[in-house]
Amino acid sequence: MQSNHPAGRNSEIELRLLIEAIYLKYSYDFRDYSGASIKRRVAHALNQFECNTISALQEKVLHDPTAFMQLLQLLTIPVSEMFRDPSHFLAIRKEVVPLLKTYPSIKIWIAGCSTGEEVYSMAILLREEGLLDRTIIYATDINPRSLEKAKQGIFSMENVRAYTANYQQAGGQRSFADYYTAAYGYAIFDKSLCENVTFADHSLATDSVFSETQLISCRNVLIYFNKNLQDRAFGLFHESLCHRGFLVLGSKETPDFSAYGNQFEPLVKQERIYRKS
Amino acid sequence: MSDTTGLPSIDAVVIGASAGGVEALLGILGPLRKGFALPIIVVLHLPNERRSQLAEVFARRVALPVLEAADKMAIEPGTLYFATPGYHLSVELDRSFSLSLEDRVHYSRPAIDFLFESAADAYGPRLAAVLLTGANRDGAHGLAQVKRQGGLTIVQDPDEAQVATMPQAALDIHKPDHILPIRGIGRLLVELERIAC
Repeated sequence: MQSNHPAGRNSEIELRLLIEAIYLKYSYDFRDYSGASIKRRVAHALNQFECNTISALQEKVLHDPTAFMQLLQLLTIPVSEMFRDPSHFLAIRKEVVPLLKTYPSIKIWIAGCSTGEEVYSMAILLREEGLLDRTIIYATDINPRSLEKAKQGIFSMENVRAYTANYQQAGGQRSFADYYTAAYGYAIFDKSLCENVTFADHSLATDSVFSETQLISCRNVLIYFNKNLQDRAFGLFHESLCHRGFLVLGSKETPDFSAYGNQFEPLVKQERIYRKS
Repeated sequence: MSDTTGLPSIDAVVIGASAGGVEALLGILGPLRKGFALPIIVVLHLPNERRSQLAEVFARRVALPVLEAADKMAIEPGTLYFATPGYHLSVELDRSFSLSLEDRVHYSRPAIDFLFESAADAYGPRLAAVLLTGANRDGAHGLAQVKRQGGLTIVQDPDEAQVATMPQAALDIHKPDHILPIRGIGRLLVELERIAC
């Protein structure tokens, strides 16, 4: 007997078992991630680990925490850039910053900060607007290696050259090079940008709210979640945000179809900037 | 699950195209009549990945309703979907869309391979995949995966394609069910729809 439904195929069964094993053993919860993307990354991992089947990979990571850490790097996607979608940051400057300025102190949560590109972008914007000194930024991610990289603030010069154009289009007021020191093909970002940044391990799938915030930036994270997990994340954001707080998302993300659709209203819809209703 | 023509009964069509793709797609989709009932999902590579009026351009010249595929959107019959530029587009097992930002494949995001491979998983034998003109090798592996899951594969005749590289790359690794010119592909889709609906 063989199931005709795609979920009954061996590869689908093995994938679910792997994800369950990771959750039980290491408490990383990928059970409500979008399947197609996870499947591709696991297929890529099979090559890297030279495993013939997902079951073989499961055995390996179950018994070897070092192998699991390597797999985690492949399962999470450290694809990010500074001032990605420059018009988004320009809209934050024009529409959100004037309202943020009315708060005596500001707390910002960058959820799923990956290797820190969003954090440095936000910190630079806030410094130029005179807000960085009275802002605390919580930068969270599930991947400890990404957090470590984010803390270091070292990016390849090749990428930074591309970010420079983004920065200028995003309304940057200075020379982008003012924010980093170039050495050996790398750009080392100004440590003072991160004086008020707390980097922390936090999972939108399993952890709860840790602070009241005025603005939450969660960009290109929710697309990797299924509807259930998106709802959970929007719930956390809603709980964390102060009255009329700001939620900013990636260019193809929206709360509109979630369980929290009517609890956020667009401030700049085109740029995915929302306010708690 | 097939009638006298030997064609299978399918639930969806996926199409991949690159250089020369707009013209080829208009040649296939333009003649489809209003009420064509299968969903058609298209990845078309564009030089500038961040701007696209594809949906608008095609809405004016195709009788089907045209949408940009959005994250978590359920795939509806009789609708033409375009992948959003800058993001990979996949089909989930529940036949909804998901977007992602993994690295470019063959310098492309969206990648035809990602759409074809995920749709092959979601639809199995109830899928037709069409690979058209283009100047790179995207889609070849995806097409082979569609075949492995029992789906129907169609490649534009490289002799007729504006740029033969992409269809030829697919033919190099996979023997499709049909190699056809644009007009033949259009007629085949009409036939597939007649059988399915």
